[in-house]
Amino acid sequence: MFPVKELKRSALTSLWFAFLTFPIMVVKVDPIERVVSWRWDNMFFIAFGSFVFSILAKVFIIQKERRASKKKQKTISEPLVQRIVREPRFLYPLALACFIFGISFPFLFSTYQTNIMTTALMYVVLGLGLNIVVGVAGLLDLGYVAFYAVGAYSYALLNYNFDMGFWTVLPIGGLLAALLGIILGFPVLRLRGDYLAIVTLGFGEIIRLVLENWNDFSQGPSGIANIPRPSFFGMDMTFAGGITYIYYIILVLVVLTIFVVNRLQNSRLGRAWLALREDEIACEAMGIDKTKTKLIAFSLGAFWAGFVGVIFAAKTTFVNPASFTFLESAIILSIVVLGGMGSIIGVVIGALILILLPEYLRALSEYRMLAFGAILVVMMVFKPGGIISNVRRNYKFKGLSVVEGKNNE
Amino acid sequence: MSDSPIILKVEGLSKYFGGIKAIDNVDIDIRQGEIVALIGPNGAGKTTFFNCLTGIYTPTAGDIYLSDPRNGKTTRLNGKKPNKITEIGMARTFQNIRLFPTMSVLENVMIGRHCRTKALIFGAVFRNKATRIEETQIIERSYELLKKIGLHRQVNEEARNLSYGAQRRLEIGRALATDPFLLLLDEPAAGMNPKETEALVALIREICAEGHSILLIEHDMKLVMSLSDRIFVMDYGKKIAQGTPEEVRENPAVIKAYLGEDVDA
Repeated sequence: MFPVKELKRSALTSLWFAFLTFPIMVVKVDPIERVVSWRWDNMFFIAFGSFVFSILAKVFIIQKERRASKKKQKTISEPLVQRIVREPRFLYPLALACFIFGISFPFLFSTYQTNIMTTALMYVVLGLGLNIVVGVAGLLDLGYVAFYAVGAYSYALLNYNFDMGFWTVLPIGGLLAALLGIILGFPVLRLRGDYLAIVTLGFGEIIRLVLENWNDFSQGPSGIANIPRPSFFGMDMTFAGGITYIYYIILVLVVLTIFVVNRLQNSRLGRAWLALREDEIACEAMGIDKTKTKLIAFSLGAFWAGFVGVIFAAKTTFVNPASFTFLESAIILSIVVLGGMGSIIGVVIGALILILLPEYLRALSEYRMLAFGAILVVMMVFKPGGIISNVRRNYKFKGLSVVEGKNNE
Repeated sequence: MSDSPIILKVEGLSKYFGGIKAIDNVDIDIRQGEIVALIGPNGAGKTTFFNCLTGIYTPTAGDIYLSDPRNGKTTRLNGKKPNKITEIGMARTFQNIRLFPTMSVLENVMIGRHCRTKALIFGAVFRNKATRIEETQIIERSYELLKKIGLHRQVNEEARNLSYGAQRRLEIGRALATDPFLLLLDEPAAGMNPKETEALVALIREICAEGHSILLIEHDMKLVMSLSDRIFVMDYGKKIAQGTPEEVRENPAVIKAYLGEDVDA
């Protein structure tokens, strides 16, 4: 069943791997004892492991090709998930069930679980925000975490210096981040693709380094502590109560974000973003103001990050620059890519998977980055559009009038 | 035709790329309601000329004036952004098709309506009455246009799945959606079979009859000769001839440019 030729190839691959990793995995020099230890057993594990992996990958690829050729013979059938997303009679009850589950979550599970879920939901909003920029408008932004940091620090600093409350700062944080998005956007948005990615990456690092080094302003690496949790009409809350409260705030924000992003995607503006992603020159020739449209996408994405930043500061009651490294940007970007660029449900699922999995697989936490890489590579090979790729809106016409315009999500 | 107002006037237009004179001192004028063709051998600078007109390139020298026959306003186009020029009323198609491949056929045309509509963030989020009316109008107008170009059965198809000829028609439809008074077509018949070309000629005539003026680049001489009121010929960046199809056909400079020097002479 499995061709011998492939077995040979896998064997060669594993030998090559064993050879490549020889210097780091086998040879170990102990400079104090002045001895060299040879760990030959490692070599065996690597050879065996890569052999098994390469065979598995090949099996998957063969199966995928078979499925693809079968599909060509039949009519192309939509995948199940896509169909659920398209049909309102499946989608609405499902959304309602999710919402009810979301509301009852703190009563069903422990405070610890609620806390983890809060984090996951924060990443849902971050993912949806970045989705506007990367997924819909096609601007690869690797410095998204900078806007998150701006939100978090605006709550921390405004509270520390001027004693402003959570609810006052929440919109201010969002607006400040959006403003920064516009300021950054002006010089940067003439760039495209890789160049834009590099500049935004640099920008993200600049913000972090400023926060780290400007001691008078942000208290440097030691950060700002004792940030108050949000108040509920001036009532004092227990520790657990506070966590549940923040959970509900973020839950409402998630619902709000999904609503707003969905409406934006199905609007004149959303279409312009999509067109911009597909072909900039054609876009301009069709009368779309490139700069304006890009700036709106950039600042709207930043706005959500600022929102979540404020909530982050309130949740952890402590901020320091270490929370806003490039790794955060990478995680949020992975959420968008893994979930499916431009797809709201995809991003929600992607965020829950990427944030909840490591939490429940604590034992593997050291291999998190490795797992990220592996998951993304596998995704790109087998499902390049993400878990749920974006479904185009369907229009139906009878005569000249619009009968029905189904939303994609 | 000669008494209708001039809508596009190009004077002494030049575009240099370093030492290469892609366009060298070209004058052209187009009157309201005309179909004008721009022909010339490959590399003559025709597409560069289009790119200068539509603002994708900034011309090195010369002036471009566009006057709207609907209100008589004249605008100098030099240095204007492509989207502004489209807003004034000159739309184009591309030689190498530039549709939005993963958007649906209808959405492609709806993008054309972008510069004639207004809704922004507020309208998108709150979907107020004005936005809803605007959105319905966009959809209805786009559907009408699709009917005109004969693609109304494929509204929800992704643009990349269309046949080559259909993609070219869709580009024309998308350009028409911007309500232009002057339409620039860059090789609209390239890659079409004779039957598709015939349908295209009919479509262009229909568009013209509705009051749009047309400037087209084309290599299909049969199409050019049967369709155009006037022809401009370019070679090596210079305008070498102009006139009615008959005049251009007889012009020795044109024959030389296309067929080379006469060996016996």
